Amino acid sequence: MAEPAPILEMTGIGKQFPGVRALDGVDLRLRPGEVHALMGENGAGKSTLIKVLTGVHAADAGTVTLAGRQVAFAGPQEAQRAGISTVYQEVNLCANLSVAENVLIGREPRRFGRIQWGAMRRRAAELLSRLELDVDVTAPLADYSLAIQQMVAIARAVDVEARVLILDEPTSSLDAGEVAQLFRVMRRLKDRGLAILFVSHFLDQVYEIADRMTILRNGRLVGEYRTSELSQRALVGKMIGRELAELERLEDRPPARTTGTLLQAEGVGRAGAIEPFSLTIREGEVVGLAGLLGSGRTELARLLFGADHATSGTLKVDGRPVHLRTPHAAMNHKIAFCSEDRKADGLIPDLTVRENIVLALQAMRGWTRPVPRQQQEELVGRYVKALRISPPDPDVPVRTLSGGNQQKVLLARWLILEPRLLILDEPTRGIDVGAKAEIQRLVAELSDGGMAVLFVSAELEEVLRLSHKVGVLRDRRLIDELPNDAALTTEVLMETIASGGGAVPGSGRHDRGDGGRS
Amino acid sequence: MTAVTLGRARPAVPRKYLPVLVTGALLAAMFVAGGVRYEGFAHGQVVLNVFIDNAFLLVVAVGMTFVILTGGIDLSVGAVVALSTMIAATLLRAGWPPLPVMALVLAVGATLGLAMGSIIHHFEIQPFIVTLAGMFLARGLCYTIGTDSVPITDPAFTALAQTRIDLVADLWISPSVLIALLVVLAAGYVLHYTRLGRTVYAVGGSEQSAVLMGLPVGRTKIAVYTISGVCSALGGLLLSFYMLSGYGLHAVGMELDAIAAVVIGGTLLTGGSGFVLGTVLGVLVLGLIQTIISFEGTLSSWWTKIFIGLLLFVFILLQRLITARRK
Repeated sequence: MAEPAPILEMTGIGKQFPGVRALDGVDLRLRPGEVHALMGENGAGKSTLIKVLTGVHAADAGTVTLAGRQVAFAGPQEAQRAGISTVYQEVNLCANLSVAENVLIGREPRRFGRIQWGAMRRRAAELLSRLELDVDVTAPLADYSLAIQQMVAIARAVDVEARVLILDEPTSSLDAGEVAQLFRVMRRLKDRGLAILFVSHFLDQVYEIADRMTILRNGRLVGEYRTSELSQRALVGKMIGRELAELERLEDRPPARTTGTLLQAEGVGRAGAIEPFSLTIREGEVVGLAGLLGSGRTELARLLFGADHATSGTLKVDGRPVHLRTPHAAMNHKIAFCSEDRKADGLIPDLTVRENIVLALQAMRGWTRPVPRQQQEELVGRYVKALRISPPDPDVPVRTLSGGNQQKVLLARWLILEPRLLILDEPTRGIDVGAKAEIQRLVAELSDGGMAVLFVSAELEEVLRLSHKVGVLRDRRLIDELPNDAALTTEVLMETIASGGGAVPGSGRHDRGDGGRS
Repeated sequence: MTAVTLGRARPAVPRKYLPVLVTGALLAAMFVAGGVRYEGFAHGQVVLNVFIDNAFLLVVAVGMTFVILTGGIDLSVGAVVALSTMIAATLLRAGWPPLPVMALVLAVGATLGLAMGSIIHHFEIQPFIVTLAGMFLARGLCYTIGTDSVPITDPAFTALAQTRIDLVADLWISPSVLIALLVVLAAGYVLHYTRLGRTVYAVGGSEQSAVLMGLPVGRTKIAVYTISGVCSALGGLLLSFYMLSGYGLHAVGMELDAIAAVVIGGTLLTGGSGFVLGTVLGVLVLGLIQTIISFEGTLSSWWTKIFIGLLLFVFILLQRLITARRK
């Protein structure tokens, strides 16, 4: 089988953002008549690569050639004119306009400046019927489900003589039937010779539709593979990678001194974020959550903290049902949450270390009862020392600290509340190896002291090293709960993630219960 | 499975026409109630008088409709109307011929609108505050021209003020009504049959989407404020036909009347949905309230404001219900 020549080739793409090397020497080749999946965890550089391709960002290094000619687009519109169309996860259409207008607005058929509505409706209906879509084109787009809207967006995208179609997580808000319809449309477009770049977190979907895939990790190219030649397990391994072998080993973890059940979730879920799950956390227990990014780990943690409202199920603390409607309510139950994105959700960069640390304590007391300065300094001094925050000066702005030390400041903020359950979402992401080890050591110490910890991390070794029990997530479902014994290895975990646990893999999200979107 | 139809059962009347129909029904009900209650109310001329007395407001409200359809607001219209009457009256008194005066007034309105639109677009400032500044500026300019009312004695203007265009029977309208209706027709055509009009709706629906769909969003936003400026200036000319004077205190609060008319006419304040026809009905509702109160005779004219206030509440709640059902 002769391989068609690539229509689009990106070679050696590099992109530097302040402080981050987002892309480094990445290649991507799209062939006509193929669906090509772009794989990688969040932060691996997928979005950046797409943005470089569509001209949102300019590349620092590397070349892009389209049909043999070197190109560099100044913006999405220019890329679209050259035949590269993008459909985003959030449908970027105007729901108040009719379907026909959404397909054709900006290039309506006109005569002497007057829009020919009849011709416009016929043309739109024809374009949509080519996608096997039979809808009333005069109805407002808002009358239709998100899936239809997505396909209208695709119809709009492919009408402009598209040669490359980029679908950025198009399936994340569709149900199984809608996904199937989208895939039929994609196959049709593929047969017409379009090159389709497909980004999705759902491995089953990728294996169903993609012919080939490019895997990124940490902004670097891992490789390009044929889907048929790469097992799901191998794919997961390549996406996660292993880089922590050199890290210090913690001594054998003593079994958790599990005195009693602290928190019990029964069928707790949130439509669209995570399917109902049941999880028990005991005092002094470290529960790890493993799964790919986007598998629902953060969503699960946010529900337990009351940052999002659960739409189903009950949550019990100390055996009594509680309603965690707000983080404040969770904090009253001594539950603390260290967020994943310490810059956006956690620290306030221009405040000092001391101010950042006392923030949660102050919030608990309310603004009418300020924490006395002396008590502030005493508490802060104790934790700066205990966590070895460097520099040990509580009055420097937090933005001047390194990532690892910022993370410790965030930890200190929650530790002074003396929580019974500490939720750590990716506490070691983006910090250096030494700081990582220290934070891990701290987690171990805290749990030995009787604190329960829910530990969310993308790094399986880390999860294994710390946890007494590991919950495995995939496609926004808690698919398995494994005790951390000698039999549990990173291989077993990876296998569980890749195979979908004991449960039927499927695409896993058939019953979302909110299909009636219109 | 072949082609999948996922449409829903369409209601007999598309929901987008619902607010206009409600306003139309309200207007009819008001007219019937007035006809039953007052002698001489059920006469065609009563309706035509509403048009005659509100032709300037209609023109201003049409301009406002464009702005509100994009999700913006224009608070400067009343002040621009006053400025227009002032410029016209002063120049006519100075001996300028009427046609150049009219052209200049329209040009001033367009320039003000263009300037405000450009500031809103290029500096990404809320229309509320930019047009508020425009309002103070235009109102202040009136008083630099003169603090007193300036009478208009120009023969062309007085002729326009007094001419009756006879219709069937003994019904008649003023030239201003004709001009206002032409403006309404032109606006309807632009909104529904040109790219500019459709882009206005798209911007009101979702500005960010409109940008990503490659539509000329900036140009359109500037255009709607320019259109509103021209409509205000034209409204000012019609008002100077009606009042035969220019005065800095003309049209105080007219921007709010115009916004009320647009909203009662069923246009969403958040943009993207509404019709010029609705605005016409909204202006008629406001005018008819006034007529009813003058027929009643015993009520103070402030009751007009009370009824407008109540109506606005009802219509805003109605809009809320309609948009809520959409989600």
